Amino acid sequence: MKDFNYSAPKTVKEAISLLGSLQGEVKVLCGGQSMLVLMKQGMLAPEHIVDIKGISELDYIRFSEEKGLTIGALATHGAVEKSPIVKEKYPVLAEMEDNLAVVQTRTWGTIGGNVCHGDPAADPPAVFIALSSKYKLMGKKERIVNAEDFYKDLLEVDLEHGELLVEVQVPPMPANSGVAQEKLMVQKGDMGIVGAAAFVTVNPSTGICEDARIVLTNVASIPFRAKGSEKVLIGKKIDEKLLEEAGQIASEEVDPPADTHGSEEYRRDMARVFLKRATAKALQRAQQKN
Amino acid sequence: MSNKLIDLKFKVNGKEVELKVNPKTLLLEVLREELKLTGTRQSCEVSACGACTVNIDGKAARACSILAVQLNGHEVVTIEGVADGKTLHPIQEKMVSHGAIECGWCTSGMVMSARALLLENLKPTRDDIKKALQGNLCADSGYVKYVEAIEMAAEVMQGNK
Repeated sequence: MKDFNYSAPKTVKEAISLLGSLQGEVKVLCGGQSMLVLMKQGMLAPEHIVDIKGISELDYIRFSEEKGLTIGALATHGAVEKSPIVKEKYPVLAEMEDNLAVVQTRTWGTIGGNVCHGDPAADPPAVFIALSSKYKLMGKKERIVNAEDFYKDLLEVDLEHGELLVEVQVPPMPANSGVAQEKLMVQKGDMGIVGAAAFVTVNPSTGICEDARIVLTNVASIPFRAKGSEKVLIGKKIDEKLLEEAGQIASEEVDPPADTHGSEEYRRDMARVFLKRATAKALQRAQQKN
Repeated sequence: MSNKLIDLKFKVNGKEVELKVNPKTLLLEVLREELKLTGTRQSCEVSACGACTVNIDGKAARACSILAVQLNGHEVVTIEGVADGKTLHPIQEKMVSHGAIECGWCTSGMVMSARALLLENLKPTRDDIKKALQGNLCADSGYVKYVEAIEMAAEVMQGNK
């Protein structure tokens, strides 16, 4: 690993003023469970590291019926996984964490670090986008961005010089809605070779799908919002035929990478399969609530 | 680039430790090279095998994937801090008596993952144990005996045996 200048601010205010003043390549370090791997391989060699892991004011998970769930950037994956309020109100997040890497990673790795890493294979960005979440950024001024708009390119996110992501805001779950996440793993805890997060709302009297938000992982340079698939589902009663059509559309629209885990062709087909699985499960959950 | 050394003050196996480290130093390097606690294995070093697992504030974490400076104010327990003097911890005792240890390479990491689990949940199901060991690889594929030994240790710790 290359040497770097290190600082560990203790408050958000201190961190922001420091981030604004540093010149050269600066990286913010939280748990470092993704970043240190890249630094050890020499793929990332920042001049400055600003370590925010010690900013305890950002380590929280809160819920209110009006605002929904707010997760501080430094809440660990383990804390999200075990949070009683997460299990009760957003079980999909606890399920996601159960399949996110291994216990050791979840102990030290943080939600903020994960969503800022910008890995299109990561689960939390996709699930947060499906849930219509927003990210709160602090810099010279506060900025709230849609999770969906935060991802710009592979490992590139919408953080300006001097800005820090401080909170993930997940709105309350609408009535008659269901959400689910599925991913293709060789072993439990693997990064998904392809993954899908789906959110649907269903009219309880007509059974018609009123809203759908489906996000696929590891099939493009950013989390992929399957808008074409959503369009065919909204306004109709979802059945197997319609799901297949939605899956087919996604398999044509994605732009997947090819690597040792799967060819482009394979990932396209898995996009179809996992979109169907996640959406069917979300639908079932939405119907159970009715 | 300045190689400014950073103060590090944390607890290791119950003792306060104070030293100065280059910020790029990994916890694993501090444990093995500075503190000579070599029971924590240096193995894959890419967060894949779990042989370097220690407990930080009672939770399982990988010493190869954490900068040592981040431990300021935290409490680390390594395999050297698990036994009570010469009396083995029930997890160690059952791993030995049940023959869970084969070549021994992954054992210290397995013990630390099991310790973290039992600190949190003294009545784990078999599935809980498997999940707790999910990040620990055994090249001998000796997983079944490890799982059984941890079940036995949990019984002992509950006062049943």
